[in-house]
Formats: sequence, structure tokens, C-alpha cells
Amino acid sequence: MSTVRIHVTVDGQAHESDVEPRLLLVHYLRDSLGRVGTPIGCDTSNCGACTVLLDGRSVKSCSVLAVQADGHTVTTVQGLAGSTWHPVQQAFHQEHALQCGYCTPGMILAAVDLLADNPDPSEQQIRAGLEGNLCRCTGYQNIVKAVQTAAASMAGGAGQ
Amino acid sequence: MTHSVDTTSKLVGQPLLRKEDARLVTGETNWTDNIQLPGMLHMAFLRSPMAHGRIDRIDVSGALAMPGVVAAYTAADMGAAGIPCVWPVTDDMVAPTFPVLATDEVRFVGDAVAVVVADTRYRAADALEAIEVDYTGLPAVVDMEAALADGADLVHADKGTNKCFYWELNGGDYAASKAKAEAGGGKIFHRRYVQQRLIPNAMEPRAVVCAPMAATGEITLWSATQIPHVVRVLLALTTGIPENKIRVIAPDVGGGFGSKLDLYREEVIAALVAGKLGRPVKWTESRSEGYQGTIHGRDQIQDIEIACAADGTVLGLHVELLADMGAYLQIITPGIPLLGAFMYNSIYKFESLHFGTTGVFSTKTPTDAYRGAGRPEATFAIERIMDDLAADLGMDPLVLREKNWITHEEFPFTTIAGLEYDSGNYEAATARATELFDYAGLRAEQAARRESGDPVQLGIGVSTFTEMCGLAPSRILSALKYVAGGWESSTVRVLPTGKVEVVTGTSPHGQGHVTAWSQIAADALGVPFEDVEVIHGDTKMAPNGMDTYGSRSLVVGGIAVLHAAERVVEKARRIAAHQLECDPADLDFEGGVFKVRGTPGAEKAIQAVAFEAFTAHDLPDGVEPTLAADSTLDPNQFSYPHGTHLCAAEVDTETGAVHLRSYVAVDDIGNVVNPMIVEGQVHGGVAQGIAQALFEEAVYDAEGNLVTGTMVDYLVPSAADLPHFTTDRTVTPATTNELGVKGVGEAGTIASTPAVVNAVVDALRHLGVDDVRMPCSPQTVWRAIQSAAAAADGGRS
Repeated sequence: MSTVRIHVTVDGQAHESDVEPRLLLVHYLRDSLGRVGTPIGCDTSNCGACTVLLDGRSVKSCSVLAVQADGHTVTTVQGLAGSTWHPVQQAFHQEHALQCGYCTPGMILAAVDLLADNPDPSEQQIRAGLEGNLCRCTGYQNIVKAVQTAAASMAGGAGQ
Repeated sequence: MTHSVDTTSKLVGQPLLRKEDARLVTGETNWTDNIQLPGMLHMAFLRSPMAHGRIDRIDVSGALAMPGVVAAYTAADMGAAGIPCVWPVTDDMVAPTFPVLATDEVRFVGDAVAVVVADTRYRAADALEAIEVDYTGLPAVVDMEAALADGADLVHADKGTNKCFYWELNGGDYAASKAKAEAGGGKIFHRRYVQQRLIPNAMEPRAVVCAPMAATGEITLWSATQIPHVVRVLLALTTGIPENKIRVIAPDVGGGFGSKLDLYREEVIAALVAGKLGRPVKWTESRSEGYQGTIHGRDQIQDIEIACAADGTVLGLHVELLADMGAYLQIITPGIPLLGAFMYNSIYKFESLHFGTTGVFSTKTPTDAYRGAGRPEATFAIERIMDDLAADLGMDPLVLREKNWITHEEFPFTTIAGLEYDSGNYEAATARATELFDYAGLRAEQAARRESGDPVQLGIGVSTFTEMCGLAPSRILSALKYVAGGWESSTVRVLPTGKVEVVTGTSPHGQGHVTAWSQIAADALGVPFEDVEVIHGDTKMAPNGMDTYGSRSLVVGGIAVLHAAERVVEKARRIAAHQLECDPADLDFEGGVFKVRGTPGAEKAIQAVAFEAFTAHDLPDGVEPTLAADSTLDPNQFSYPHGTHLCAAEVDTETGAVHLRSYVAVDDIGNVVNPMIVEGQVHGGVAQGIAQALFEEAVYDAEGNLVTGTMVDYLVPSAADLPHFTTDRTVTPATTNELGVKGVGEAGTIASTPAVVNAVVDALRHLGVDDVRMPCSPQTVWRAIQSAAAAADGGRS
């Protein structure tokens, strides 16, 4: 099958690759680049486990072709932390918002995007905002709490 | 709420943050599908598109001609025994061979027919389309009652029946209880409840990687499994590969809920294909593929009859159950209803119990353990009928329960099912739950809404539950014809530098064992929490184990950790006494330091003892070098957590929509090791129980097609679908283990389903509704309301 040359920056690293046009972004990340921190949970774009940031906005990387990421920047859970964890990562740990951890990368990145849109969301806004990300372990309560904690932490940080 | 940690006292009981999280929140994970090995090939499975058919011809040559394809195999190429069932519940149980690939017939949609091996996962998937199979359709068998009728179409024609087994449990004399009820003006109250079929939906799909080593005949098999140790034994038995040549690793595993508690065909085939080709192979199911090829749960029809005196005192319970096995038996498929058998009498003092269950084959995906495994079904039936009975008697459902439950003074209590409940306090849990719930206030609001004819009615659902978990005392498993034991194993080592390794036979997949076992070991050894590492999920590193399921890990495996650590301390005591020149009995052990009683300053830390045990320069006679100890614990009893869950549901009588307004869960699991983890387990368990009550069902049509074949159609609830839960605990310590702990992994799921359905029915009971079939979707609820209204109209005309 013919291939297409793409240029994608993933977690700060520039990549040039020849890919099949049908290759999903998530398979490009996992199988071509070895960025396996982004997992796959379904084949119908329902679960959100594979959520990454594409130019800063959350996308389900199973629903984006690698060729569509050409010229763009992707942030996975592996590229989210700087010298310290992102406040959302810290809050997920602090509030026990993960058990098996499989949905966690997608949930964290969806929450990062949610907080970029709405820095002070209500419980219902968080629940609605994370509707596209499924978790089977936590019943979501501590995930909601973690997003609230992260929001408070980021608001505090912004004021300093 | 932030979790406060008291650093001055014991670690057990404190909400320490999890050691597991650092890798999981940064993506530094090791899921099976992440594994890439040199020369690795990818497997893809051709699966049956029909429920039942004869394979007339199969030709894989087209696939072999596709780019990148290395091999393609059918049943004829597979020299393995069938997939084993380890729980032959009766001597005459019908157990058809479950071949690793379909031989003459396919018997459910998704039945594996052929496997293709290619250099990439895309090319393996492409090649499936080039395989030609000619089928002759055979009749689907989808309805359990029809399947048992004379002349029914058969799933396994050679067996001559769709009946797998009949098993019964009897305590007391139900006929006498019934006669007593009738003679005394009491009631005989009958209900039929349906446990719909469910799909477990662990977020990580199943995956397997197998790497062979041709020179030695060894294989390493990584699998997204709950049971690496059991898989190793069964893989050896199934493939003939010597057990000591097989290493099974469960790396990071993303949830299980019973769905990864099996030896699966794909694991066996991975081992066989890797051996044939001499190259590593990988397979990861797609979600939709998993919906067909990974076990389902529940799927029972429950006929339950209760005999009670006129004042509501329950006398006897009679249960007949139909349980859908699916097309074949997986590891404990026929045992699932048995795990519920002992729980129908629940927290109540029945004089008699009859439980009978018939296993039935169908042309559907096999069923097996799904979170709770038998106990949610039992709890649902008894808690639903207690609510219905209360309504019939005009009693408050809590009053009826209190009249019949075992009081806290009566423990230990031997139930009519023959179990000895060690401890419990149903009064305390219920009192706390009603207080948190504002039971009286909500009842008043309910009355007001009924009075005003509000289109949105309020219902209150009660579930007072107990369950048996902590699987399991081996002698009881033997009596039930289960072919393995229920013990668990641990090794605790204090290394020369004082750091600690805890080896456990449990195999966590989200439960937080690394954190909890660290708390237990750190307390017992008097070492810092941070100094403990926990090793699990690898049969080479943790060779003895019975793995994780049935809320067993803490009450069996965690206690084994405690015992091993205590043995380490006893060995260290002998070494310390020798070096401090005193009698071992004269040493106090506090905070990790042995101190000679009455001699200030004469002391030795356990880390120093570990170094002495390593050098072995000065050990007492008869004490071997190194500081380590093992424990293999076989529990004497099951564990009996209990609790009271209360649910308030608003039901829109015009649309059928159900809104959960509040949910209170008060659980009594005795003492706890980590309350933060416990609370998380309750949240997740309650969510899964609510999912059964309101959202989820695996639907098959009359031709045996799985209609809810993707996540689009099967409604796993999101954050937007679930309420905030109010949780609390009462503490009645277990008397069956030193920590006083009980299992919690399944409690929420067991308790919540009847609480929610009871609330929905309670909202509508004044409209003539006495049952709503699960899941209580808007359509189902609306139809129940319409049907009750039509019946009322019919009664008037």
C-alpha cells in the first residue's frame, strides 16, 4: 500500500514518517513511535481511553488518521508533565481518581481540555464534560473530585 | 475531602496514597498490548457470523497469499485439548468439549474458526477477508425455557439435551414452612425476576503475547489476565507443554471484573502458534470482538417464593433458577449459580430453604464470573421480594427487614444454608444509612408527590445485604466439587540493606495491592512504607498463588502477607536475641527494633538483623542464613461483609426517565487497611450495580445475533449518567482473621442493583406497577406504567 510522508511533533519531539493513509493516529503513536502511554479501549470512539491533545485540544486518537496530524502537535500523557506533574496528574493521584489506570491517560487529557475551556467548572459541568471518557473502576466520583481539586490548584497557581 | 494521614500510629487503617499511581498518571505503563518483541507477529481471528452452523468447507489459501501473512490455521492444525472447566458441579453434568478453534460446528456469534498470523496487525486483519468458509445454518437456541422443552433444537446434538446440570441445596423443610404459613393465615408470595445478560467491560481489552524459546522449549506468555498462576497450570494441561517450562506474566492489567478470570482460547492458540513458528506472537481483541469472545455475566431467570406468617415473619424460601451457560463451559461457568445459592436467605432467619438451579446451553457467548458472580443475583432476588412483600403486607420495607434479620447479639449465626456468619451489625449499618439518607423526610416528600399527582414521582429503594467472599476455604470448595483450592501465598524478605520485598500470589488489576500489602508488611516489620516493594503477577517471580477474584485478595492474600511478615520477625528475634545475648522471650519488638526488656540501649533494628542474616557470620545454631519467610494460608471461613444501601429515584411517569436523586451506601467490612481504597471500591461497585439496574443489557435477537455488539449499543454509563454517592462505614470486625478485615471488591455491585430497582418500583407502586424488568430504561419503565394502567382499566370494565 502506498504511503504518505507526514511531519508530526509528539510530546515535543519532531517526527517525519511514511505512513499508510489508513493508519490511525493512535496506532501511529503506539506502534510506529512506541509512545505506548496512550492506550486503546474500544473500536467505536466511545471510551476515550486514547484521548490526546492535538494542538492543545482533546481528540480521540482512534478517530483521527495519522495523515490528519501532519503539520500538527500532539501531546500525550507522556508529554504532559514538565519538571513536575501537571496539576491534573497530581490531583488524580491525590484524590484516588484511578484504580486500574487504563482510562487515566485519556481522562487526564480530557480534563486538561475541559479546564482550559472552563477553569471553574461545577460538578455537573465536569460530569457532562467528561461524558466521552468511560471508566469502569471508579464510578467517576473521585475523578470529578480530582478535576475540582486541579481547578482549585490551577486557579491558585495563576494568581501567583 | 483530603485524606489525612496520621504518621504516629500504625499504617494499617490509614488512607495512604497509592504507590501504583505514579506510572499510571504519567503513561509509563506496561499493558500487554504495549509489548513489542523482535520478530513479533500478529494474530487475528476469523469468527463465526452466525449463532449456529455446520462448517462444510474452510479454505485459508487466499489468506496465505496476502501480503505479510506468515501462517493461517484451522482446528485441524491445533493439537490442544479443549478449554477446561474446573467446576463440574454434579457427577452427571454435561460438559461438551470446547475446542480452541471450532471443528465441525460454530455455536455462537464470535466462535473462533481460524487464525491468521501476519507481520502487522493491519495485515492480519486484512487477510481474514480472504478466508472462505461455507456454512450450513443450524437453528439458534436463545430462550432457556424453550431450550429445555421436549423436541427443542439442540446446541450440542450429540448430547441429546440442552440441560447442562441440575443442582440443589436444601435446608429445613420448605413444605412444612409453607403449610405453617398457610395454616396461620400467612402468605405464600411468588415472584419471577430476570437477570439480564451483561458484558463486563474491563477498560483494557484482553491481550496476549507469547514468546517461545526453541532451544529449551520454554515459553513466556504475557496476558491481560487476573489469574496468571491458574493460567499456567491450565495451559500446561491443555497444551502438554511442561508446566515448569511455562512462565506466565500478568503485567499491568486494566481491570477484570471476572472477565479475565479464565483460560481463553486465544491464550492457548498464542502458545501453540508461537511454538509452531518459533517467533513471538501478539493478539489484542478489539472491543467489539471482545463482546463476542470474552465471557458474559448474569443471564438467569429466578423463580422465588417466600412463605411468611401473617405478621411478616419469614418462614421459608423456595428458589428455582435457570442459568444460561452459553454454548460452552468456561472455567467456572456452571458454578456461578452455586456461589449465589448460599446467599438467597441473606441476613434473614429463615426456617427452611430450597434452592435448585438448572444450567442451560444456548447458542450464545459463554457466561462466567462477572463482579459478584452469583451473589448479586441472589441479593437482587431476596431484596426485591422483601420490598414487594412489605408493600403487600402494608409494612415499611425497613420494618419488615428488621423483623426478620439476624440481630447483632445472635452472632456467630449458622444460617439455613449452612454458613456460619462470624460477625455483623445490621441494626447499626441501617441506622446510619437512614440517618444519612433522611429516610423520614424523603418518605414525607414521596407522600406529598403522590397526593398532588406530581408527574415526577419519588421512590425509595432499600437493600440490606450480606455476601460470602474471600474465596475460599479449600475443604468447602472440595465439597462443592471445585477442583482447586482457595489458599493464598506470600513470601516476605528483608534484604541485606534493610529494604523489603513482599511476594504475593494475588494478581491485582486496579485494587491497590501494592499499597495495601506495603501497609500490612511495614506495620508488621516496623519498617517505612516506602521501603517495601511488592512483587506480583509473574509465575517466575511469585511462583505460588491462586490470584485475584471473589473479593479474596485481602482476607486471604493479605493475611498471608501478615503471617509471612510475622514469621520474619520471629526469625529475626532469634538472631537478635543471640547477638544481644538474651532469651528471645526477653525481647520487645517495637517500631522495627528489638529491645532487651529492662536493659536500656541494648537493642537491634530489624534492618541490622537482616544484614547479620546475610553475612551469616554469627547466627545461632539451627538458624539458616537470610531473613525471609513464607506463608501459605488456607482460610477457615468465608468473609461476610454487609451493609445497607438506600436509593432515592425520581421517575418521570410521562417519559419513563429515571433520575437518581441520592444514593447512600453504608458498608460494614470490619476493619480496613486503606479507607481511601475501600471507598473507591464501593464507588466503582455501586456504579456497576446501577449500570445493571438502569443501563446495560447484552441483547440477542431470535436468530442469536448479538444486537448490542459494540459500545455504541451497550450502554456503559459515563460520569453524566451517575449520581454522587454518599458513603460511610460501620465497623464490626471479622473474627476470622487477625486484622478483623472483610472483603469489599464486590460489595457495592451486590448491594446496589436491588436498591435502585426497588426505588423505581416504589415510585410507581401506587400506579399498579409491581416490577420493572432490568435495565429500567425509559422505554421499559414507560411500558410498565402503561401496562399497569391497562390492567387497571381492564379490571374496571
